[in-house]
Amino acid sequence: MEAMSVTFARTVDDACAALAEHPGALLLAGGTDLMVGVNRGQVRFADVVVLDRVDELRGWRREGDEIVLGAGLTYAEMGRGELPALVPALAQASRTVGSPQIRNAGTLGGNVATSSPAGDTLPVLAALDATIDLRSAQGARRLAIGEFVTGVKQNALEPGELIEAVRVPVLDGPQEFLKVGTRNAMVISVVSLALVVDRSGRNVRVGLGSVSPVPLRPADAEAHIAGCIDWDTGSAPDAAAVHRFAALVAGAARPIDDHRGTAAYRSHAVGVLARRALLRAFPGGAS
Amino acid sequence: MTDVRIDETRTSERAPRIGESAPRPDGIPKVDGSFTFSSDLWHDRMLWGGTLRSPHPSARIRSIDIGPAVAVTGVHAVLTAADVPGNPAYGLEHADQPVLAADVVRYEGEPVAIVAADHPEAVRLALEAIVVDYESTVPLVDPGAAESSDPIHPDGNLIRRIHLRHGDQDVVGEVVVEGTYEVGMQDQAFLGPESGLAVPAEDGGVDLFIATQWLHVDRDQVAACLGLAPELVRLTLAGVGGAFGAREDLSLHAHLCLLALHTRRPVKMVYSREESFHGHVHRHPARMWYRHHADRAGNLLRVEARLLLDGGAYASSSGAVIANATCFAAGPYRIPSADIEGVVVRTNNPPCGAMRGFGAVQTCIGHEAQMDRLAAALDMDPVELRMRNVLASGDRLLTGQVITGTAPVAEVLRTCADHPSAAALSEDPMSLPGGAGRTADPEHVHRGEAIALGFKNLLFSEGFDDFSSALCRLEDGIATITCACAEVGQGFVTLAQQITREVLGVDDVVLTPASTATVGSAGSTSASRQTWMSGGAVQAACEEVRTTLLTRVAAEHGVDPDELVMADGRVMSLAGALDIDLASVTTEPVEADVEFHHAPTSPLDEYGQGDAHVSFAFSAHRAIVDVDRDLGLVKVVELTTSQDVGRVLNPLQAVGQLEGGAAQGVGLAVMEEVQVLDGRIRNASFTDYLVPTALDMPPVEIAALIEEPEPGAPFGAKGIGEPPSISSTAAVVAAIRAATDLELAHVPVRPTDIALAGA
Repeated sequence: MEAMSVTFARTVDDACAALAEHPGALLLAGGTDLMVGVNRGQVRFADVVVLDRVDELRGWRREGDEIVLGAGLTYAEMGRGELPALVPALAQASRTVGSPQIRNAGTLGGNVATSSPAGDTLPVLAALDATIDLRSAQGARRLAIGEFVTGVKQNALEPGELIEAVRVPVLDGPQEFLKVGTRNAMVISVVSLALVVDRSGRNVRVGLGSVSPVPLRPADAEAHIAGCIDWDTGSAPDAAAVHRFAALVAGAARPIDDHRGTAAYRSHAVGVLARRALLRAFPGGAS
Repeated sequence: MTDVRIDETRTSERAPRIGESAPRPDGIPKVDGSFTFSSDLWHDRMLWGGTLRSPHPSARIRSIDIGPAVAVTGVHAVLTAADVPGNPAYGLEHADQPVLAADVVRYEGEPVAIVAADHPEAVRLALEAIVVDYESTVPLVDPGAAESSDPIHPDGNLIRRIHLRHGDQDVVGEVVVEGTYEVGMQDQAFLGPESGLAVPAEDGGVDLFIATQWLHVDRDQVAACLGLAPELVRLTLAGVGGAFGAREDLSLHAHLCLLALHTRRPVKMVYSREESFHGHVHRHPARMWYRHHADRAGNLLRVEARLLLDGGAYASSSGAVIANATCFAAGPYRIPSADIEGVVVRTNNPPCGAMRGFGAVQTCIGHEAQMDRLAAALDMDPVELRMRNVLASGDRLLTGQVITGTAPVAEVLRTCADHPSAAALSEDPMSLPGGAGRTADPEHVHRGEAIALGFKNLLFSEGFDDFSSALCRLEDGIATITCACAEVGQGFVTLAQQITREVLGVDDVVLTPASTATVGSAGSTSASRQTWMSGGAVQAACEEVRTTLLTRVAAEHGVDPDELVMADGRVMSLAGALDIDLASVTTEPVEADVEFHHAPTSPLDEYGQGDAHVSFAFSAHRAIVDVDRDLGLVKVVELTTSQDVGRVLNPLQAVGQLEGGAAQGVGLAVMEEVQVLDGRIRNASFTDYLVPTALDMPPVEIAALIEEPEPGAPFGAKGIGEPPSISSTAAVVAAIRAATDLELAHVPVRPTDIALAGA
């Protein structure tokens, strides 16, 4: 058996240098997804760069109207302190992930890098128009979340590159994240939906999870509902508008049948979630 | 270390007697991580074992080339069917399951070859290097087609058919209700995967340290496969991480011994979680059709049923499971006429066998749905309909057998139904259906409530003499108990000590490791039987020791032995003249070696009639559920139960059994199903085979433990492990029906069954 290298990076530069030396190296942060694959023999590797000691990746900061979330931020950390007030849907999504042990270990960067259709933060990041800060020994670049995730567990990460941070806006308006699983906790998403309201931008943005290879933005539904809201009064949309919104969201979904649920159920459920999320964001609307 | 050591269980404080709560000695170690499970066994010279499994549910094996695997560095042995020296097959009822597949594989995951190497990674490489040339064949996956299909095994596709007919066959009720029900394949989902360590012995035999449910029957099967005399194969129980029926069949036992004997080295094997789903039997999926007949007043007149269980590729304990399903098909009700056909067949699906509740779980789902349907047809309260028909001692079962023991069914049902409910509708989305996913608001929730009643047999049936053996030795005031009863979590470790203390009046009780090398069979830790059978054996052994000792002391002091008692570590006369320290009269040890047998039973005749069972236990559950009908998500809000227990020996453990069994029942009701498509398991992981979390499992309210001592049972105690998993599922499913007005024929109830009903 060949020798394996393990680099415990202390800085992002360290990590990038190690990656430059071993471009095929596996990046290990919380390991909550990766190690399952390793233990099952599905993930084989020669080199590992360990990121969980890189302090630069761990915290978050505010830059104007933006929050810069370190890739090493854990799900538990996204649910603590001021973040739930600033980005409520992200905190709600983080709470649905796994058990407390998993939430203490798993990271935002890991969820983004895994790029699973069922990744719980991805619909939120899609709805928020998040951007992903990437770093390598060659430099830095920034991609929109929609450019970053390219397919089922596929993304635009180049060899030698790592996710440094995720940038999300601070929006003026309610946010909701709802997730259906066949268990009341600690369950992989069968379908999920994030809805964020941007009052100053006068729009409602929606991200859908587990209903297509990549997190989906139902553009028609968003355009429709933005036009049905009186943004000056903030009044709730009427029943017909809510109904059409839910139908457009359901229509945008491109789900599949698998052992966690059927396509028909997912399409139905995502419409139910859309309606409920909208009515939570605009209470007093038609039910 | 080089010697494998299994610790004895020992207590010496003033410790709990019968009827007092005794904490498990392994309780805290299991929580803090210090308990030694079978997967923690270690030997300095040991090799690691691994299993190559069939990727096909059905295939012919054209050839196996082990050459490339043997060439892998660190590999010590690669064995196939040709290397099995003794019986090529094993099985609980029929030896129909190959130790290693020779020319055909009959289910996905069937063992084909085994490897021993000096590192787990070398094992993996060797397994990947074995070249098997399979010719895949079309699997038989529909149990309904099994009998009319070509046999997939020399023993045929029918494992057992029982056609029970009882009473007047021409009875037709004024009110008739009919229903079809389907139960999915449940997994026992124990936390400690299959694991063990085999150590070759100087005498040509082998010592196997293993987590199992019945050491002696394992030993007999393993010895036959190895071609060794049974006494050369010694099994010792290693720390068991749950069982629930999944450890009744052999899994890696024979493989480990083959590898150890072949390599002359200790060999350890631990299944991965995914492998474990392929490595043990599951609860039988069932298709059930029922027709109930009653008069207008609600008296049950006749039940007809057709039960089809999918046994999977090998027989395992299917024959006994279908007997239970058939005998208890109609529930704990007085019914004068019945026609029940129970069939279990062979398919290329995963093998099914024992699981907590053993056939009675599936039929309880059917008969209780029927009782609710009948109540609706009669416009009668479901509890009143049941009360009108419940069995009592002296009544006749569908098998013609008269219940001679206790049967407080009415009390069980009444106390459960009358218990007040504390469940209010929560405002917290985490406590609503959907839980952490925050999918529901209170206005989306529909509440349902229902009750279910169930029963099954205790101990083995149909003429089987499942005795238990125990040794008791009293020396220097310390009692030592030796019994091969497998402690799998049911609580024998505390009960054996409690019983010993009660009979001998001692505090110091040592329970030696369970092993085939030291004592006779204890029978299986299944069928809710060990408290009765091994508890009975321990009680009898202690009583014999007491009699021997008191006779001797009485003779030495010239008193009547009946005047003497043992208590608080002393031998005393009732009159008070004699008061001797027990240690001083037991410097010479007093010993007893007993076999304890239950009352004999008979086989079922061709009409499914006969006194086939020893005793019965009854339980009721009332479930309150909240359902989000739009999304089909369920929150079980409250479970209330009453159970017929005979007598409570350890209240703390009794509560644990009732709660744990109910949790397994809730799991089957709303989420636990091994999904099999074209003979392949789609969710062989705890990511996708879901078991209830703390947010899914409601508090279990114990309305009543009905204590009517059962004749013949030690201290009158009935086994209590299985009933909690029988009526709980039926109650939860009925409550979901009440909340949704849907028929919900499939269990577990899936979100789509509710959300897309009628779509």
